[in-house]
Amino acid sequence: MSGRTGVSTAFEKARAEGRAALVGYLPAGYPTVDGSIEALKVMVEAGCDVIEIGLPYSDPVMDGPTIQAAAQQALEGGIRTKDVLRVVEAVAATGAPTLVMTYWNPIEHYGGASRRIDGHSGVERFARDLASAGGAGLITPDLTPDSAGEWIAAADEHDLDKVFLVAPSSTPERIALTTAASRGFVYATAVMGVTGARTTTSDLAGPLVERTRATTELPIGVGLGVSNGDQAAEIAAYADGVIVGSAFVRTLLDHEGDLDAGLAALRALTEDLAGGVRRA
Amino acid sequence: MTTTTKYDADELGYFGDTWGGRFMPEALVAALDELTVAWQEAMADPEFVDSFEAICREYAGTPSLLYHAERLSAQVGARVLLKREDLNHTGAHKIRNVLGQALLTKRMGKTRVIAETGAGQHGVASATAAAYFDLDCTVYMGAVDTRRQALNVARMQLLGAKVVPVESGSATLKDAINEALRDWVASVDHTAYLFGTAAGPHPFPSMVRDFTRGIGDEARAQCLEQYGALPDAIAACVGGGSNAIGLFTAFLDDESVEIHGFEPGGDGVETGRHAATIHAGDAGVLHGARTYVLQDEDGQTIESHSISAGLDYPGVGPQHAHLAATGRATYTPVTDAEAMEALALLSRTEGIIPAIESAHALHGGLEVARRLGQEKGPDATVVINLSGRGDKDMGTAIEWFGLGDAEEGPEADLPIEGGEQ
Repeated sequence: MSGRTGVSTAFEKARAEGRAALVGYLPAGYPTVDGSIEALKVMVEAGCDVIEIGLPYSDPVMDGPTIQAAAQQALEGGIRTKDVLRVVEAVAATGAPTLVMTYWNPIEHYGGASRRIDGHSGVERFARDLASAGGAGLITPDLTPDSAGEWIAAADEHDLDKVFLVAPSSTPERIALTTAASRGFVYATAVMGVTGARTTTSDLAGPLVERTRATTELPIGVGLGVSNGDQAAEIAAYADGVIVGSAFVRTLLDHEGDLDAGLAALRALTEDLAGGVRRA
Repeated sequence: MTTTTKYDADELGYFGDTWGGRFMPEALVAALDELTVAWQEAMADPEFVDSFEAICREYAGTPSLLYHAERLSAQVGARVLLKREDLNHTGAHKIRNVLGQALLTKRMGKTRVIAETGAGQHGVASATAAAYFDLDCTVYMGAVDTRRQALNVARMQLLGAKVVPVESGSATLKDAINEALRDWVASVDHTAYLFGTAAGPHPFPSMVRDFTRGIGDEARAQCLEQYGALPDAIAACVGGGSNAIGLFTAFLDDESVEIHGFEPGGDGVETGRHAATIHAGDAGVLHGARTYVLQDEDGQTIESHSISAGLDYPGVGPQHAHLAATGRATYTPVTDAEAMEALALLSRTEGIIPAIESAHALHGGLEVARRLGQEKGPDATVVINLSGRGDKDMGTAIEWFGLGDAEEGPEADLPIEGGEQ
């Protein structure tokens, strides 16, 4: 689809401005489908360069309590995968490159898989529909490149970004394998642990970024734990992108029942973080 | 115990190129690789294998008996042999798995173990092994289950384990697994995850099978020694499937032996309230493996239902998915009511109160025995895995049968299969 932007454009723009990109995450459907669209648009307006939209899943093993709570409410509110794609379409229309972050089964099962059929064409259908909604690609926290053959083929066919994760525990061989299979950027998880805002960022992140950079020209985003502009500045000093999730979600959770106040706080947090990535 | 079958996984953990594998966060891949290497080296090391067998023998009480249930046999017209895993230390087959994994943990130099548990059986077994091997132990248990199974929570605590109630999701077994995985992502350098069933990412399905396959190895040898022939059929219940794969493995290459798995049919598969994953689920990925999963059109996991907490899981071990897909094993649902009837039958006929899990295998295994008795005569032999004892299920039995009031003995009211007692 014409007009669709991959995330590399946003990273290049930030690099040209001599700063890191700000990557913001919210789960679709929290507090409602329309509420999440409004919130994500506020994040774009206030300075997020790239948007990650979480696809709520019943068994989110990588998520801490904050994101779990919001995703669970989205599921209880009846969110469907097609609604997630509607959120993607609305956010991508702002021009900000928009990725979906998702556990694997909802993609493999997209559109309902037929019983006892081994060809999992849900992956292919999802790639097609994501591309036509204007989505830039997928971040896959529980899918590593060695298990991702079907997704890699579908992403390549539909010109989508493939964002895989590296971790402090990754061996050099696995970092090389992961960056070779990635497109868009590489997601470096800064701590060994689940998602969640932390008061100090991890000293594992710097060495991981360094090891990752040795294998690739791709931009490297650092995530897990960032909650304010100072932490963002600290990470922006050595990474190409600063990824923030739980802190945005927490802000909305803290203003539950008052979306306007939540959006105002979200705008303030985004501006603080956007300032952080600019003062490294 | 290191022999292979033609139904084993490849080196990446895929059974038949499709089932199993490893769908896990990159943060855990190094740990899973480390575990895979440690497990393979251990299984190839006669010293490790000897110590595992010695601990099972001297501490857990294996080999368990292969018991000829004569009154049941007479009722169904075929020879019914019960593999008495209920007589093991802690009352179930699960002790084999945890002793194996805990011994491996010691060998790897780790000091802490974590485990998930549904009804508490695997938690109690893990706490037992941790006490035996002097390891720190944390058990994750759904908050709903901690309330339902306060006695098992107390047992784990008495054994020195910390029990963490999990409130997220449906607050049951699958959520306890999620929480244990979250712990493991953050603690993997010094912690081993004692997975409770033959599911999850590679190498767990194959490793748990290696530690439980003693059930079938023993049963096969016992049957040959006691009756001079292999059984005609074997039967086990299947939730995650560790007792079943433990029984099945020794017989997989014996083409003459029928292999039957019995899934929890709950209120009946047609009601939607069941946990018959293979019978009624779709291929999908849950907890790190591709297998059959109870899920909705969007791939969200659907809550399972079974009267037996130990079978109440919306996934199943990937090797079972492979055995089902290849037709080597047959998986059939057994309802709550059928299982409870079989539980009463075994109690009254043989003086053995089985776990409700095992009662599923009993109901299904007796149906198979009846058919084989008609086809082949009274020498037809069926081995049924009595995977655990029923003490833990007395609360459910009291409610189901209306027991416990001495004034109103329920003597004549138990619905017994065949109408005779």
